[in-house]
Amino acid sequence: MSGANPINSGVVDPLVESSLAGIAAAADLAALLEARSTLVGETSEISKLNASIKNLPNEFKADAGAILGAARGKLNAAFAARESELAKVAESLALAAETVDVTTWASHAPVGARHPLSLMQDQISDIFIGMGWEIAEGPEVESEWFNFDALNFDADHPARAMQDTFFIEPADAHLVLRTHTSPVQVRSMLDREVPIYVLCPGRVYRTDELDETHTPVFHQVEGLAVDKGLTMADLRGTLEHFARLMFGPEAKIRLRPNYFPFTEPSAELDIWHTAAKGGPRWIEWGGCGMVNPNVLRAAGIDPEEYAGFAFGMGIERTLMFRNGVLDMHDMVESDIRFSQQFGVTL
Amino acid sequence: MRVPLSWLAEYVDLPGDATPDSVMAELVKVGFEEEAEHGFDVTGPVVVGQVLEFTPEPQSNGKTIRWCSVRVAPEGQKAADGGEDVRGIVCGASNFEVGDKVVVCLPGSVLPGDFAIAARSTYGHISDGMMASAKELSLNDDHGGIIRLHEMGLDPKVGVDAIELLNLADKAAEINVTPDRGYCFSIRGVAREYSHATKAEFRDPAGNAQPEHAEGFEVIIDDATGIRGRVGCDRFVLRTVRGVDATRPTPPWMITRLKLAGMRSVSLVVDITNYVMLELGQPTHAYDLDKLAGGIKVRRAAAGETLKTLDGQVRKLDAEDLLITDGSGPIGLAGVMGGETTEVSNETVNVIIEAAHFDPVSIARSARRHKLISEASKRFERGVDPKIAEYAAARVVQLLEVHAGGTADSLGANYSTLGDNQAIWLPATFAQEITGVEYTVEEVTSVLADIGCVVAHVDGGYEVIAPSWRPDLAHKTDLAEEIARIVGYERIGTRLPVAPPGRGLTKNQKLRRAVLSAAVGSGATEVLTYPFVSDEANGYFSDAKEKVVLANPMQVESGQLRLTILSGLIDAARRNLSRGLTDLAIFEEGSVFLPTSGYGKAFELPKAESRPTAEILDSVKATLPAQPKHFAALLTGERVKQQVGVRSQSYDYSDAIALAARIVSATGQKLTVRQGSTKGFHPGRTAELLVGETSIGFAGELAPALASEKDLPRRVAALELDLDVLYSSAPEVLQASPIFGYPAATQDLSLLVPLDVAAGDVLRTIEEGAGELLEQVRLIEDYRSEKLPEGQKSLTFALRFRATDRTLTQAEASESRDAAVSLAASKFGATIRA
Repeated sequence: MSGANPINSGVVDPLVESSLAGIAAAADLAALLEARSTLVGETSEISKLNASIKNLPNEFKADAGAILGAARGKLNAAFAARESELAKVAESLALAAETVDVTTWASHAPVGARHPLSLMQDQISDIFIGMGWEIAEGPEVESEWFNFDALNFDADHPARAMQDTFFIEPADAHLVLRTHTSPVQVRSMLDREVPIYVLCPGRVYRTDELDETHTPVFHQVEGLAVDKGLTMADLRGTLEHFARLMFGPEAKIRLRPNYFPFTEPSAELDIWHTAAKGGPRWIEWGGCGMVNPNVLRAAGIDPEEYAGFAFGMGIERTLMFRNGVLDMHDMVESDIRFSQQFGVTL
Repeated sequence: MRVPLSWLAEYVDLPGDATPDSVMAELVKVGFEEEAEHGFDVTGPVVVGQVLEFTPEPQSNGKTIRWCSVRVAPEGQKAADGGEDVRGIVCGASNFEVGDKVVVCLPGSVLPGDFAIAARSTYGHISDGMMASAKELSLNDDHGGIIRLHEMGLDPKVGVDAIELLNLADKAAEINVTPDRGYCFSIRGVAREYSHATKAEFRDPAGNAQPEHAEGFEVIIDDATGIRGRVGCDRFVLRTVRGVDATRPTPPWMITRLKLAGMRSVSLVVDITNYVMLELGQPTHAYDLDKLAGGIKVRRAAAGETLKTLDGQVRKLDAEDLLITDGSGPIGLAGVMGGETTEVSNETVNVIIEAAHFDPVSIARSARRHKLISEASKRFERGVDPKIAEYAAARVVQLLEVHAGGTADSLGANYSTLGDNQAIWLPATFAQEITGVEYTVEEVTSVLADIGCVVAHVDGGYEVIAPSWRPDLAHKTDLAEEIARIVGYERIGTRLPVAPPGRGLTKNQKLRRAVLSAAVGSGATEVLTYPFVSDEANGYFSDAKEKVVLANPMQVESGQLRLTILSGLIDAARRNLSRGLTDLAIFEEGSVFLPTSGYGKAFELPKAESRPTAEILDSVKATLPAQPKHFAALLTGERVKQQVGVRSQSYDYSDAIALAARIVSATGQKLTVRQGSTKGFHPGRTAELLVGETSIGFAGELAPALASEKDLPRRVAALELDLDVLYSSAPEVLQASPIFGYPAATQDLSLLVPLDVAAGDVLRTIEEGAGELLEQVRLIEDYRSEKLPEGQKSLTFALRFRATDRTLTQAEASESRDAAVSLAASKFGATIRA
């Protein structure tokens, strides 16, 4: 036998050590690639040793193969580990290079907005939908019969003149721009079966000059309930609930006597305005009352059997004191900045 | 109604420190809203002075001033401002004489309009105060010189406080009187209500003067038919006072009260009639007895009659006008205004006083017909106490005797067809059923008695006779309201009624919200414009001849209701542009007003006493114009602004169509478009919007000429569509399509087609021809070039194919594509571009 195996750990281990050092020294993926070629490529020491196995005596071949196989395995693992390490570094460098100033973000699409008057009508509608009420609508050009006669405004009563009505030509057709959404109440009573619980939001018209607190075209929301046994306590309870949902759980309301032809008793509705300029105070929010028996009769409802209550308030006015709008002009001038400050919420 | 506090205090107890605010705070509890506070706004040392001497001094400006020496305090005493008892005052007026007692505003006093008086250097003198005119104290409107107190019937001591002397510290509370409470257009009515609010004692001013028997003056009421079956006059009282001196001054306290109540002092006799009207609510009229020709007849006007009313206007009378006439013809428009011919003057010696009661409807119609809303008509149309007439006449007589030196005479008349008010039956628990408040028998009877009713508590309820001054109390509900009002609304409880289960929003209400959200999601901003437009603006987008026209527009030039919403959006856009907001996407949802065949037809309104028949209701509704809901939007400027890494993009026709597509898709439907044209739009850049085969509107760009005429940029994208039509075809429920997970095959396809073929038509043809495998097709290029065959354009489509049950091969996709090509070839002569 020819002595010891020339491929032994004494020969291979230093080679592995120096190769591992070479792998660790590779600073980037390119250097690692080069190192791979040098250290384990065809011309590398370890490959040469491997090639020399076939020349060894048979009894040495198995050992030599095992030693070299283990060595190669070690080196390959080291290469993989180093490659993964270097890839991470490379990725983070690449990402760093992609850094932008995020405060330069660009908007690729304009942002739209609802008009707050229209939003508020939806918001109020939702409150009443939640109570089981329904939303009723009607035409803005209306017959005087619906706008006045059926609401107990006698043709010659001063209350009819009090409404500052826009009339439509010709006069003998008796058409007006509705002065309130109450004609929708009449239509609801004519069209629906009792019990009736409806909310009527919409546009109304009066011949008021535009100024800080008036506009000839404005919006109202009115409510009407007709049922057996309704009293003013039901009216108050409904208004209180409504007020709390609009203005918060602490909201307070107050009823004061007033006159409307279509309700009796009639009341003015005040709300305790905590955020009022100059300190909290009562401010007028709307009108309300028990539906006048004449109105029920005109709609074919027997006032001896059924009772009704109704209420109404201006959306503009509500928006003014709820959301701090100071000038009516802002609501009617179509300046997009006004709607845009609200977006899609109030 | 303006209520001077000193006057109110005569008939109901006011607290010593009462102010207009405190009085209004009480009255609001019983239903009278506060309006305003009124006063003379004169403060500080304002005293009675006496002119000792003066020197006229002509000035270079042509005026002559008087340099006066005026005693403002008794000799040797300090004046009210602490200064000397005699002052030098420069005065521009020349209506006074030495010895006249005048009103001197000493330095430190403040006159209406924050006019502070100080010693000042003028016309070469130090003027140490001011001698006031009636206008400067806001007692009167005329500026005929300074006040000479003896002309007001006064001879006070020098140095006396003139604010107190002339009652200038009095203040008035102004309250809003609702139309059902005519009786509160009087101190009498307000005092009564104040007592309801405070429980203070009420003293009825009707008791100031007792009626006396008078007769012999002929009065005929000739009104058989009346208006709406009601005779125009049911009460007519005449009283005579002889030997009056009409030139006497009106007492200062009366002038002050009239002024605070909002009326001007005219002359003693007229002032007294006005004073009594304010006090008792009964309009009265004084005729010069010697100018009357025979007896008085109250009748309707005859054709062609005229009357010159006290305001100097000649009125053409209508057959419905109720007149006061004598042998000479009309001498007054009953309940509205007297005539000139029998007017009292300074020469009047004998006066005959009318206090009558007229039908509210008749007076209301006359006042409106002649646009003559007088203090009298205002009261009559709201209802005057028919039983106060003779008390009011007696009060005028009394005041004429006291202040004008006249003597009552037995000549007069006392016509009456008044009956007693009928009893109203008030069931015991009726008020409680309405208000939910339990009222005791004591409460019900005392409240009703307090407001003047005669109440009998009987088994099961109350027999109630309303007082003569409350024509508004006719039914049990009226009484229930009074009980609730006087007892107080704070007694009303709180209960939340439970509505039956509701159906939520209607289909259209839900669709409206979806549409508005879609518009906002597209970056558009909602605006709400007035629907009032000019005839010209209504013609921007419509040739319709019929429009809905306002009888009384706010501005004559905006006298029509809109046919389209876009006409209003043009103004809205212009306003934004003028404010530097140049990038706009605005939209509005709302009604437009379109005359229909039944619109505007003369129509007699049905009675509202009971439910009209269905036919009548239909005929009422048939008079209305159509009022469909429209959606319109206007887009101009840049959709995307230049930003870091982003190039700007301007709005154009396709943004308008894209917005329309989103609106339509928000209703669960699909928009198709075709080349179209409509008034006001660019002839080559307008799409007709269709859902199925139904046209719903137009989108594109405005006609550049219209845009520039309205100061808008040349390129303005716009759309308007009919939401009612859109909603009508919207599905109630959307049905899902299954989603298949097999891989897709994509192909691009370039087709050469003639230039006049619409890409949209080619696209639909590809969809049709490719069959079920085609999942999606998109136009990605419309290429035009001289290199292409003449008259042709190249359209490139991106196609995506997918099978529902297997992985598709490219060969299958190509087969499907080829089928599409051959259909396009047969329809348009399309060929595949090599």
